[in-house]
Amino acid sequence: MNIIILVKLVPDLVEELAIDSSGIALDTTWMRMIINEFDDHAIEQGILLKERNGGVVTVVAPDLEGVDDVLFTAAAKGADKLIKIKGDFIGANNHALARAFSAIVKELQPDLVLTGVQANNDLDGSLGPLLAGCLEMPYVGYISGVSLGDGKSRTRKEYPGGLIAEMDVSLPAVLGIQAAEQPPRYVAVSKVRQMMKTSTIEEQAATGLDMAGGPSIGRMFQPETAQHATMITGSPEEVATKLVAIFKELGVL
Amino acid sequence: MTANGAVEHSFYDQVLEATPEGERLRLCLQCGDCSGICPFGYLMVHPPSRMIAHLRADRFDKVLDNDTVWMCVSCYACTAVCPAQIPLTPGLMARTKEELILAGNVPAELQSALENSQRYGNPLGESPRKRADWVTGIVPEVKVLGKVRKEVDVLWFVGDYSSYHPRVQQVTKALARILNALGVDFGILGPEESSDGDSQRLAGERGLFEMLAEKNGLAFGKYEFNEIITTDPHAYNAIKNEYPGLDISYPVRHYTEYLADRIDQLKPLLKKEVKAKVAYHDPCYLGRANGIYEQPRLILQAIPGVELVEMAHNFKNSLCCGGGGGGMWLDGFQWEKAHVRLSEWRVNESLAAGAEILAVACPYETPRFEDAAKTVPGAAQILVRDIAELLDQAMGN
Amino acid sequence: MNNDVYVVIEHLRGQVAEISYVMLAGARELVKGYGGSVAAVLLGQNARGLAENPSPTSGQYMAADKVLYMDHPALSEFTSDAYQKALAGLVSKDQPRAVIFGSTSIGTDLASTLSMKLNLPTVSSCSSFSADGKFTSQICGGKIMAQGDLPGPTALVTMVPGVYKAEQGQNSQAPVLTLVDIPPLDPLRVTLAGYIEPESGDIDIAKEKVLVSVGRGIQNQDNIVLAEELATALGGVVSGSRPVIDQGWLSTSRLVGKSGKHVKPKIYLALGISGAPEHTEAITDSDTIIAINTDPGAPIFNIAKYGTETDLFDLIEVLTSQVKAAKGG
Repeated sequence: MNIIILVKLVPDLVEELAIDSSGIALDTTWMRMIINEFDDHAIEQGILLKERNGGVVTVVAPDLEGVDDVLFTAAAKGADKLIKIKGDFIGANNHALARAFSAIVKELQPDLVLTGVQANNDLDGSLGPLLAGCLEMPYVGYISGVSLGDGKSRTRKEYPGGLIAEMDVSLPAVLGIQAAEQPPRYVAVSKVRQMMKTSTIEEQAATGLDMAGGPSIGRMFQPETAQHATMITGSPEEVATKLVAIFKELGVL
Repeated sequence: MTANGAVEHSFYDQVLEATPEGERLRLCLQCGDCSGICPFGYLMVHPPSRMIAHLRADRFDKVLDNDTVWMCVSCYACTAVCPAQIPLTPGLMARTKEELILAGNVPAELQSALENSQRYGNPLGESPRKRADWVTGIVPEVKVLGKVRKEVDVLWFVGDYSSYHPRVQQVTKALARILNALGVDFGILGPEESSDGDSQRLAGERGLFEMLAEKNGLAFGKYEFNEIITTDPHAYNAIKNEYPGLDISYPVRHYTEYLADRIDQLKPLLKKEVKAKVAYHDPCYLGRANGIYEQPRLILQAIPGVELVEMAHNFKNSLCCGGGGGGMWLDGFQWEKAHVRLSEWRVNESLAAGAEILAVACPYETPRFEDAAKTVPGAAQILVRDIAELLDQAMGN
Repeated sequence: MNNDVYVVIEHLRGQVAEISYVMLAGARELVKGYGGSVAAVLLGQNARGLAENPSPTSGQYMAADKVLYMDHPALSEFTSDAYQKALAGLVSKDQPRAVIFGSTSIGTDLASTLSMKLNLPTVSSCSSFSADGKFTSQICGGKIMAQGDLPGPTALVTMVPGVYKAEQGQNSQAPVLTLVDIPPLDPLRVTLAGYIEPESGDIDIAKEKVLVSVGRGIQNQDNIVLAEELATALGGVVSGSRPVIDQGWLSTSRLVGKSGKHVKPKIYLALGISGAPEHTEAITDSDTIIAINTDPGAPIFNIAKYGTETDLFDLIEVLTSQVKAAKGG
């Protein structure tokens, strides 16, 4: 089983985000890039499949700050091959990423490609289905369970309200992971440091980043947020009346 | 993830190598004092003495197959009482947790605290850029060394919870006011400060501890100062006892030691009475682990109106609040097994001692004891105050 | 090529999903500027009734000027491969100005794949449109808004709910349905093996729209029933913070917090909850947080939209009876 996992690095929302002077892009000065949480699940799912069925797991990520740590951590979890795509990925959209990734995926000829179902900075669709389009592979997203059979995969696709659809997907295919079958495992820092000494990250160049297919942004801004609750005062009856009015306004009554 | 014979022998050697006086493991009498005094020993399938028995019997795989070692809060009670003076807490317990982490057996809450420490330099997952946000409103302004770039007398290592937790920030501000009132020339690292790493070390993440220590070492190296003081006994323990092994050596004191030294300067400032019976809780890492018992009591007795009362477990026998060794991040896990919190036991003891105020000197304790006081029957009136807050109050703030 | 806006209707097991009406509302806004019509695209088998009959819940119809319907066994329930092929054929033939998909488990399987396959631009997470053809999207957990002109020649758009209400995508007129040719769908690379129902049993608080949540301030188990009465009156359920669960006053499935569930209800009513970080991190996705706490300094007030210092015990029964009265019950 040849499994490839594609990883995006995305802005960490713990840090304050700001718009840069152009007014149409995020200010990257203080931005911390971290692994897309759903891609972390994709890695976990890939490792679980390798542990169950054997095979080779390759993790591919674009060259952004923090990528080495992401790749070595994946190695410490059990990934066999690490590939870093070189290029200027700051500001690259998912169409560009998908095209860059697909060149590498085609070479590796996987049975299965896993990636997170979405990322917090997706504005031009998500990576998984875009990649499936490039590779002409089938795509199913919102996956929370994968098992592998002969030439196909039985997947669990999540719908709202807890409903699950079991979909059979012929391989090779791209799956958009919502949740791995178990939460991403912890890896001790010492193990990652060990990987830094014993594993190598293969570098491959991206042949130009083609962003065609994404929207042009005219304006980017931050919505207003309240700093403190609007306080309701009065006797209990008065407060209750005001709350009922709020419930009505919110459509709950 | 069961261990085999090979693991045990190297495990044995690793514990021996990694801990000062680790060879003492060979001297265990199997007296069981450690398991008896351990506050959660009764819940562990393998309390410390039994762990050693398994180790010797070549059956350590049994210990690694079980997760009750996560009940250990690294309170040092076992280490303090062991007649063979085996370094149980930093050696055996921490090393066993390390094995579990390497095998991927980590309770979820602890996992996120460790991952946060790695990514943000604090277990709470807060942005490092906001580490000095607590300083607003303090006059004279607290010097953040990265901005001020001046030599200072004292580098105040503030700590994670002291910097970010809303309740503990009140303690930090109180201490800042005290240092200002005493005219201390101090500075803080602010965003350049990382977690001291001690609790993470005792929770089994040696690699993470070293990474955090290295970062702090680099930050210390950038500035000129004469000594370090800490709000947190855990940071004190780390910088005093563990950092020198990584070639990071600085004179360091806990803030109670520092203030006790200046008691004559401090006393005239304590004008307002704090009339109350005060029980002082000896924090594990100030008291048992580092032998500091008198200085905090000296300071409390200097406050007019304070009547010091002692709880049943005090000095070397103090009862842990439950926060150490990762306990801060194992609350759910430990609750599931114990259905009782060490902090609640302690609050009961303070009530029995007739205390109106439970005085603490560690940032884990203020939120833990306040939470416990809300659920322990009859404890609603008890006030939990850090020594710094009581001094601040006595200064009229 | 036309100036129509197509809406890909989402349905599962005979029910039209609410997002379909939200999309229709968005489409209606767009065609004001484009001058074309709104076409609901319905794929299914024996599914005409979903468009030709009124919705069983609202009694209204899809607010579409026409319905383009494809009937085929392979389309009876959603699968990404068959639907993607069917739509690819339709979109490349008709070349509408825009196609709207839901930002859902169904829509996101389709929009981006078609974008690459048909070489058409896509915009995701749109919450609203303007009559002059602009989109507004939200990214980065809702912290950043992006606006721009909807690209051409055919914009493939995924929509999130939040701005338009379902009623705006419905009207009292049954739309006209046209049967449309279906391109070849074989070989089918994705097939539906079956559905697995969610476990009925205890409630999943993460899926509730109204949560009445209790903290230490509720003081004892006997008082929980007051919260339950209020919750029932509001059509919600009771949840709690860690200490309440620890005391055994509520089951673990009701825990909201770091070691419990993350919730995102429409209303999160926090009774006697101080707002410690371990709790608030699990509720920040709520639409509206209303906090009742006698401590004016409680951190919960920093993330709540509304708050009151009234003692919850003075308030709760009065509030419950007023809510019941407002419902006419």
